[in-house]
Amino acid sequence: MSDVPAGLETLDFFFSGGRPAGAFPPVLVGVVGSGNLEVMLEPAGGNDCAVRVETSARGFGPIWQAVMDDFHARHPLAGVRVSINDMGATPAVVSLRLDQAVAEITGDKP
Amino acid sequence: MISYAECSARERLALLLDPGSFHEWLPPSERVTSPHLAQLGVPSAFDDGVAIGRATLDGHEVIVAAQEGAFMGGGVGEVHGAKLVGLLQRALRERPAAVLLLAESGGVRLHEANAGLIAVSEVMRALLDVRASGIPVIVLIGGANGCFGGMGIVARCADHIVMSDAGRLAMSGPEVIEASHGVEEFDSRDRALVWRTTGGKHRWLTGDCDALVEDDVADFRAAAVAALDASKPLTLAALEEEHALLTARLHALPSDTAGRDEATLLWSALGIADAQRVPELPVEAVRALRVH
Repeated sequence: MSDVPAGLETLDFFFSGGRPAGAFPPVLVGVVGSGNLEVMLEPAGGNDCAVRVETSARGFGPIWQAVMDDFHARHPLAGVRVSINDMGATPAVVSLRLDQAVAEITGDKP
Repeated sequence: MISYAECSARERLALLLDPGSFHEWLPPSERVTSPHLAQLGVPSAFDDGVAIGRATLDGHEVIVAAQEGAFMGGGVGEVHGAKLVGLLQRALRERPAAVLLLAESGGVRLHEANAGLIAVSEVMRALLDVRASGIPVIVLIGGANGCFGGMGIVARCADHIVMSDAGRLAMSGPEVIEASHGVEEFDSRDRALVWRTTGGKHRWLTGDCDALVEDDVADFRAAAVAALDASKPLTLAALEEEHALLTARLHALPSDTAGRDEATLLWSALGIADAQRVPELPVEAVRALRVH
């Protein structure tokens, strides 16, 4: 038996020192399906990038931290709220979805 | 060609409606999510698996909903159902040219069974109100999850159903039939059998859908445009005609079908020549086979 209790795990990450993303309509990419996730980006006040993850796969906090550190290194955003609903996506899938979402607000096609 | 089956609900909306015309109500940023799933340790979706709003289709105002089959199999939960009901009730007030329902659902979301069951019954009632007011409700079925359970009933309450050959429409899904009646009755892993008994070609030949299209977003769009004036008044005469048709179908099969494929026998009984060739025929050829 695992000692990790059942249920969702909520993880929060904050990054500062990014470039202001400016105004943009909220963006949603991906679907909450098995091995997949949805990522929503919304403009937010302040100069931080705040990330909230709700995931059904508990106990992977350090891996999420690493994936988010990489994301911030690729896309140092400020004034953005990132919201994620995850159903067991792998780190590579999470990174691709994050890049896809950023491409939607910057107009770059992946 | 873009496969309708492989698109997400939001991709279908973007490709099927006039470009950029979709205006969403209760968008994901409103976070109107399921009150039940988190308690069960299941992640929510920001739109609870259905996107609703208004748009134009070939220049005509329409009200539209698209279910996301990849989230909980398109299952209808409390919020998901309430969004559909609210959309249909708004159609009564705004009187669009049509209501489009891009259905992809296994039926009631079992995680919120009672709320979902009530929601589906409310969707049926609201849909019939819209239909009775003369606004056509057009259901498009072509997602990988098909249209089953309560949503199968909802679809058959509508004025007009468009299906692709990849689409499936039925009440009980294959696994449900196998679980309740045994694998001898129905082998849910026999994909050819599943499509012979629930697939778009079968529904077309039996008259359960009104248009059979290729698995192509452009074909679905064209069929939806063609159906904009497809309002079918729900009258006692029409209902009696439907019951007579179903009774005839029930008795169309020979009494002993042992060892023979019942779908093929039924197609033959409906007057379709070379019925055993139906599964391998292209959509266009099957379209021409229907006996009216």
